[in-house]
Amino acid sequence: MTNEKQTNLSELAKRIRQHCIRMTGKANASHIGGALSAADLLAGVYGRALRYDPQRPDWPDRDRFIMSKGHACSALYAVLAECGYFPAERLETFYQNGSPLAGHVMHKNVPGVELSTGSLGHGLPVATGMAIAAKRDGRPSRFFCLISDGECDEGSVWEAGLFAPHHKLDNLIVIVDYNKIQSLGAVKDVIDLDPLPDKWRAFGWAVRELDGHDLPAIEAAVTQLPFEVGRPSCIVAHTVKGKGVSFMENKLLWHYRAPLGDDMAKALAELEQAK
Amino acid sequence: MRTAFIKELFELAKQDERIVLVVGDLGFGVVTPFMEQLPRQFLNAGVAEQNMTGMAAGMALCGKIALTYSIANFPTLRCLEQVRNDVCYHNANVKVVSVGGGFTYGAMGATHHALEDLAVMRALPGLVVLAPGDPVEARAATRAIIAYRGPCYLRLGKAGEPVVHHSPIDFELGKAIQIREGKDATLISTGGILQNVVRAAERLIKEGIETRVLSMHTLKPLDEVAVLAAARETGAIFTIEEHSVIGGLGSAVAEVLAESDGTKLPFKRIGVPSGFSPHIGSQEYMQDCHGLTDAGIARSVASVLRTVTSS
Repeated sequence: MTNEKQTNLSELAKRIRQHCIRMTGKANASHIGGALSAADLLAGVYGRALRYDPQRPDWPDRDRFIMSKGHACSALYAVLAECGYFPAERLETFYQNGSPLAGHVMHKNVPGVELSTGSLGHGLPVATGMAIAAKRDGRPSRFFCLISDGECDEGSVWEAGLFAPHHKLDNLIVIVDYNKIQSLGAVKDVIDLDPLPDKWRAFGWAVRELDGHDLPAIEAAVTQLPFEVGRPSCIVAHTVKGKGVSFMENKLLWHYRAPLGDDMAKALAELEQAK
Repeated sequence: MRTAFIKELFELAKQDERIVLVVGDLGFGVVTPFMEQLPRQFLNAGVAEQNMTGMAAGMALCGKIALTYSIANFPTLRCLEQVRNDVCYHNANVKVVSVGGGFTYGAMGATHHALEDLAVMRALPGLVVLAPGDPVEARAATRAIIAYRGPCYLRLGKAGEPVVHHSPIDFELGKAIQIREGKDATLISTGGILQNVVRAAERLIKEGIETRVLSMHTLKPLDEVAVLAAARETGAIFTIEEHSVIGGLGSAVAEVLAESDGTKLPFKRIGVPSGFSPHIGSQEYMQDCHGLTDAGIARSVASVLRTVTSS
């Protein structure tokens, strides 16, 4: 279990971001903004919470991480490479012809990926099914599911949201990457989600709200799971789309635009200089 | 068929704790013994088919054999993308079970007419598609899908269909069962319409037409060998299904025939024209409206064969 080595979380988050910039830039691919907003959360979960073994990706009692916001796949591929599931050089094939590293999370031939996603609203129901199966079998695994804020428009999220507390699935954790920007605009202008923590609370989840870029806060949260025995846990993580690169932050454009040429160099330089 | 399915599943589940039945808040009176006696292998997902199907995939990815169960179009069309992505793409060991195929719930209205499910399910990669013809086949199909490791769709009718097979059957996934022999044409049936087809064959004898009858309980993979043998040996093919003529058995058989060498033969899809029925009624009434009673099927077959003979 790699997380016992006490990875330096800020270093891990920085490397995830650098990989993401290089991958999406080289590939001329979209979705860098949502990958950067999730980078610290991925670092916290993989670095401190998840029980896994890259040598045994199918270890039955492993914890599972499901990246339901599949478009932010570059961040997942990056953290999996950093955790030793496959060599980091493979990230260079992202989005290229013949590569298994698709522009949405794909499980085929990518060790460590639990579920292919890309259409939103699929991850939480699957994670919920896994969680109840583990409960009934008395297995210790926990199931983390990262969803986007725009994804909360999907009814299936709330179907699972209703189900999990009813069945007291305290081995299930949903993390909302609340970066406030979705495909066509600000979340508050498209379909306002506020008060989002209250919605999850009303559904019966034990909710914690935090700054999704405050690594000590993330570490504290993911090491204190479940927040309440007998309830699934929900982390509403307030994040910034494009976090870590000044000219990408809070910009809808970077849901789509790829960091090419000078943009890539500037982004990498900023990330390198950040402490 | 519903009763045969649940009884067989109950017996199998008692011996295999991996089996989990996940229902979409339906099955009153039917699933009750299962629910009461095997509570750890039963789950009511509520009226939430997307979550039901996603959860079934998640359970299967954790080692379960998960069955989703609901009626008409709810476990298929309502959550189609979950069946495609979560179940089929992950080759998850999930069995999607629908009761109420065709016009089983004819009087309930067009929302409850399941007439496109076979077409849609057949198009999904990696999904085995079954529509057994009677309770005996339903029981055997239940055993077969549990033994098979991978995604399946099982389309059932209702409770109380008559038994067509009065002797033991040799049921194998992807292999048609021949019910009667005949030299003039072959009637290929899928699903609960089987009894009408067998009776239609009996009617046709009185008109001097001897038909082979095949129960094509597995629509995918299709028994192409049986289709081609029927074409070669009987010279005319009729497909009968309580389903749209688009995309189901008729289409599957037509695809095989069209791509085979030199098969030019009388062929007709007997089924439901694509559309929403403007009226409702019992299953028998709806079958009658669409020429799917034994008399209606026999009429269609005789009419095509007469045209061929006279031309």
